[in-house]
Amino acid sequence: MNKKTLAFPYIFWAAAFIVIPLCMVLYYGVTDKTGAFTLENIVTMATAEHSKALLLSIELSLASTVICFLLAYPLAMMLTGMNVSTHSFIVLIFILPMWMNFLLRTLAWQTLLEKTGVINSILGFLHLPPLELINTPGAIILGMVYNFLPFMVLPLYNALAKIDKNVINAARDLGADSVQTFFRVTLPLSLPGIISGVTMVFIPALTTFVISTLLGGSKILLIGNVIEQEFTQTGNWHLGSGLSIVLMIFILVNMVAEAAFDKEGDGASL
Amino acid sequence: MKSKRLTLLLAVMGMCILTACGSEQEGENGEVVVYNWGEYIDPDVLTSFEEETGIRVIYDEFETNEIMYPKVEAGASAYDVVCPSDYMIRKMIDNDLLSEIDYDHIPNAKEHIGSQYFEQSREFDPENAYSIPYCWGTVGILYNKTMVDEPVDSWDILWDEKYADNILMQDSVRDAFMVALKRDGASMNSLDEAQLQAAKDALIAQKPLVQAYVIDQVRDKMIGGEAALGVIYSGEAIYTQRENPDLEYVIPKEGTNVWIDSWVIPKNAPNRENAEKFIDYMCRPEIALKNFQYITYSTPNEGARELIEDEDIKNSPIAFPDLSQYENLETFSYLGEEGDALYSELWKEVKSE
Repeated sequence: MNKKTLAFPYIFWAAAFIVIPLCMVLYYGVTDKTGAFTLENIVTMATAEHSKALLLSIELSLASTVICFLLAYPLAMMLTGMNVSTHSFIVLIFILPMWMNFLLRTLAWQTLLEKTGVINSILGFLHLPPLELINTPGAIILGMVYNFLPFMVLPLYNALAKIDKNVINAARDLGADSVQTFFRVTLPLSLPGIISGVTMVFIPALTTFVISTLLGGSKILLIGNVIEQEFTQTGNWHLGSGLSIVLMIFILVNMVAEAAFDKEGDGASL
Repeated sequence: MKSKRLTLLLAVMGMCILTACGSEQEGENGEVVVYNWGEYIDPDVLTSFEEETGIRVIYDEFETNEIMYPKVEAGASAYDVVCPSDYMIRKMIDNDLLSEIDYDHIPNAKEHIGSQYFEQSREFDPENAYSIPYCWGTVGILYNKTMVDEPVDSWDILWDEKYADNILMQDSVRDAFMVALKRDGASMNSLDEAQLQAAKDALIAQKPLVQAYVIDQVRDKMIGGEAALGVIYSGEAIYTQRENPDLEYVIPKEGTNVWIDSWVIPKNAPNRENAEKFIDYMCRPEIALKNFQYITYSTPNEGARELIEDEDIKNSPIAFPDLSQYENLETFSYLGEEGDALYSELWKEVKSE
């Protein structure tokens, strides 16, 4: 009995549920209904309605990634400075909502943001004018930030916790002030965590269709919605797969970048 | 040694998972696999059917016709009874997916279902050979009387800027285009390039006024007073009025969609006999009545309508409208693959605008 036999279930899993489906997506993506080879499904990403949806997706997911980063980095730094019991409590608070279903949490935001929802009711009670919150790009970014923030906090925290305090002390001893220490020591050393955090927020945000449907009222079409509709409504699996391939290219670029930054192999990916 | 046991354990677990799918208990008289719309039956009816016949019901649900079709076509899960709508039944007939109904085995169908509904079904099932009506209705505007004070009688009101951000549209291709086409006086089955472009432009012009494109949520949002006007299926209207008396349902004067959802038996149905028993059971007046009371969608079952005790509901113009009063009523027809593709293309242009 050796390690190879033990690995069998995982190889089977990877083949059956990752490799084969990916090959099928590739096959569907480069064929048409008759089964003949074509690149049309991929090229169609360039048409106005598809590229518009793609650009909007990139825009919204970039915005939410930046916001997540700006929120998560200070938090992760504070966590590393705390004693064990306090920081595990705060980490727990961040992970706790993830035990609830993602759809339910997003639906809860719908109730909060609606015209007659909780926030506007409170504003009305205070005799303030109601805000237009739901079905806007802002609502979608909010949903993304809310859902994906833990995926940014945890890798950042892992990376920052690994930094040897002596390195920072050494920098201070050598005359760097706190700003210099941060930009020249802490930030570069936490880069692997930043890369994996950015990946784990950017990619699900780029491909989401649930958040834009629930918080965007289906008025704002993201590329995830286009692909979902090709599969469920229009029944054109070839087009849906072709568009998915284009999205996969973005994801690959992101992963290559991650690998390049993480050459030492001791990155803080989860 | 330890790792050997672990491998064995994993293998056994894998086997259990694989066999679990196949070893579900069967009823004494076999089973029937039903594929129906979500929330489209009284669950008690399924239990009483199982108790009476000893046939186990395996029940599966879909949200739109478009989601249902590829699953039945692929045949990966063989269904015995499915409940698609008019135009989709046509598409299934055209693609040879349905088997003919044997009315001798479903005596309740001809006895209790009103003949006008069979007549209407001929638009998509010319010989009445494949489908038995289960529910029917119209599509109209549901409005909140406290938020709209003018009379509502036309699709035009959905383009009125006064109601910006207070309008709910249906998030499905055919229903959305139906509204725009009917407003222009065109047929909702139009394949005319100019008419469709005009409808698309109208929908794009309407988009800034629309609060959201939704399907099932129209009901809850209207009950909660989120919007003033919404496009809705007549079956939902009775339910929403029960929950919020301020709501009123109208069929616009330009005409609308009259739809029928019918039971069909796919060609590859493994339990044909049980499927017939199931449909026959659903056509019993007292069972149809139970379903009507639960889902509030109009029943074509005349026997069931006779049994309704509440006179207001029995003669409700929403549940049982006198269709001869309205003009330009139509039923969706199947547009062919090219027609479908054209509509989805235009719809995508509207949505991405």
